[in-house]
Amino acid sequence: MSTKPIAEAHQQPDSFAWTDDSKAKIATIVAKYPEGRQASAVIPLLDLAQRQHDNWIPLKAIDAIAETLDMPRIRVLEVATFYTMFNLAPVGKWFLQACTTTPCWLRGSDDVMRCIKDKLGLSKNFTSTADGQFTLLEVECLGVCANAPVVQVNDDVYEDLDYDLTAKLIDDLKAGNVPAVGSMAGRRGSMSKDGPTSLVSLKDSDGVPPWFAEKQASAGGDD
Amino acid sequence: MLKDEDRIFTNLYGWFDPSLAGARKRGDWSNTKEILAMSPEDIVEVIKASGLRGRGGAGFPTGLKWSFMPKEVKDKPHYLVVNADESEPGTCKDREIMRHDPHKLIEGCVVGGYAMRASAAYIYIRGEFYNEAAALQRAIDEAYDAGLIGKNACGSGYDFDVFLHRGAGAYICGEETALLESLEGKKGQPRLKPPFPAGVGLYGCPTTVNNVESIAVTPTIMRRGAEWFAGIGRPKNSGPKIFSISGHVNNPCNVEEELGIPLKELIEKHAGGVIGGWDNLLAVIPGGSSVPLMPKSTCDDILMDFDSLREVRSGLGTAAVIVMNKQTDVVKAIARLSAFYKHESCGQCTPCREGTGWMYRVMQRMVRGEADVEEIDTLEEVTRQVEGHTICALGDAAAWPIQGLIRHFRPEMERRIAAHKAGEPVTTTAQAAE
Repeated sequence: MSTKPIAEAHQQPDSFAWTDDSKAKIATIVAKYPEGRQASAVIPLLDLAQRQHDNWIPLKAIDAIAETLDMPRIRVLEVATFYTMFNLAPVGKWFLQACTTTPCWLRGSDDVMRCIKDKLGLSKNFTSTADGQFTLLEVECLGVCANAPVVQVNDDVYEDLDYDLTAKLIDDLKAGNVPAVGSMAGRRGSMSKDGPTSLVSLKDSDGVPPWFAEKQASAGGDD
Repeated sequence: MLKDEDRIFTNLYGWFDPSLAGARKRGDWSNTKEILAMSPEDIVEVIKASGLRGRGGAGFPTGLKWSFMPKEVKDKPHYLVVNADESEPGTCKDREIMRHDPHKLIEGCVVGGYAMRASAAYIYIRGEFYNEAAALQRAIDEAYDAGLIGKNACGSGYDFDVFLHRGAGAYICGEETALLESLEGKKGQPRLKPPFPAGVGLYGCPTTVNNVESIAVTPTIMRRGAEWFAGIGRPKNSGPKIFSISGHVNNPCNVEEELGIPLKELIEKHAGGVIGGWDNLLAVIPGGSSVPLMPKSTCDDILMDFDSLREVRSGLGTAAVIVMNKQTDVVKAIARLSAFYKHESCGQCTPCREGTGWMYRVMQRMVRGEADVEEIDTLEEVTRQVEGHTICALGDAAAWPIQGLIRHFRPEMERRIAAHKAGEPVTTTAQAAE
């Protein structure tokens, strides 16, 4: 189990109210679940509150969610503390979530962490740079292991990193040039970097498998 | 080696259009209405005959699992829940399906949902897959707009909804009952079984939870036939499967291959070989972090399927192959997994809540050799106390990597302890060999 900080009283806003945009989204979200099962929307609403409020959830938002979903406040707070993606204290503009689980570690996540320390002075969880721009969190497996090591920045995962590419990522973010999401080494998806070893014969036919092409041909039409 | 013509995920690498138009071109949704004209029982029989075993780790026969659902819908609706909480270290295949071939999954929901008489599917995707969720939602919206899902899905007379639900960062939610708890808006803490989800699942209704890949292959099985699928791979281990190859290989990648492919061939043909060559291989974790590692001597001729790997006391798991070469500090590699399980234990069962922390702390000392040799036995004994004594398999998953390490690398652990006791620098195997 892990623990996360909850913002001090002086950091907590006096109020939290859903924006009109959020209200519209809430209606769509709650409609996904059967009547009386609106508690299912608690994770989506915590996410929504976090997006509305600078990437962290104040306690007033917990109250608002409890009210919106007709749940006890403590049930919302226990969900908010259980899942790692919810921040209950302020984080920087760029929230760096560096994976160091074994597949990333084998591919050099130590170098990524060293770079983050060298460039930003960050090595401990939930610490931020003095200018408040960057916050670090070492996270567990992000499910992108064939493109390890990776760092997730807010919603986007940057892949195939090493020390220098991590430095480039940080410099780009500092300069306000958000790199294209995905491989920083220019690799396409999770294909072998030296070129594909499968599917090559389908490359020129839009991936249409031969069995289906034959079926189409014998049916004599498009459908 | 699997031929391209037998590959199911022809857009695995995202070369082609993932949208409905592109998917239709590749054969998806081409005759769904005809498939839905079959009886649910007949569809279950086809999936059973194909030999498809669950692609999420346990390898339970998918058709059999579907057959556990009640044969008629009574006062409660049935649900299909798709486990897209891909979080097992090493595993990164479902991500590719959802962002590059999402219509295979959605069509699979319709086929599977119909076969189990479900009124809706909920796809539970891990929260970190934000962009993947957006890609999948686009595909769901397209399918609704085209009348492929929703009321009278594909013109079949069958009403079926597909909803996407994002998680928020908790490995444990990949456990099916924890996933259901989470979907109901609670902490992801596993439920005691029985009752099983097929009787009492989501909202207390009959529910089947299937992995993304298991569901996404079903439309192709229906189109190409059970015999085609069963003819690929090995008996009782049939079909193509996406392998995720990570760690010390020259070209980490995802690739769809047939079950039963020799590990060596998989690594050398598709992943560019082990860094430093095959003889520089130390060990492989063949099925995601939860399964015990195998030393090189086993890797030399092992086949990658459920039963072959079980015979050598490991497992196919999610077919996530984590490769470690001789430059690896193998004790540290496993200790890092202990840290993972400590972080991800939900805290519900004492053996896991306390045991994962204890094992983590002892493993940290084992890395540095700061232990007595007898403590290796104590560690082994504690893993046995955790294993099998918890509600879900996370306790087992935390125990097995350590058991594998002790089974195959005990001399390495003892060497470090001896070095530490002698006041010598504690080195890794590679450093010691230099």
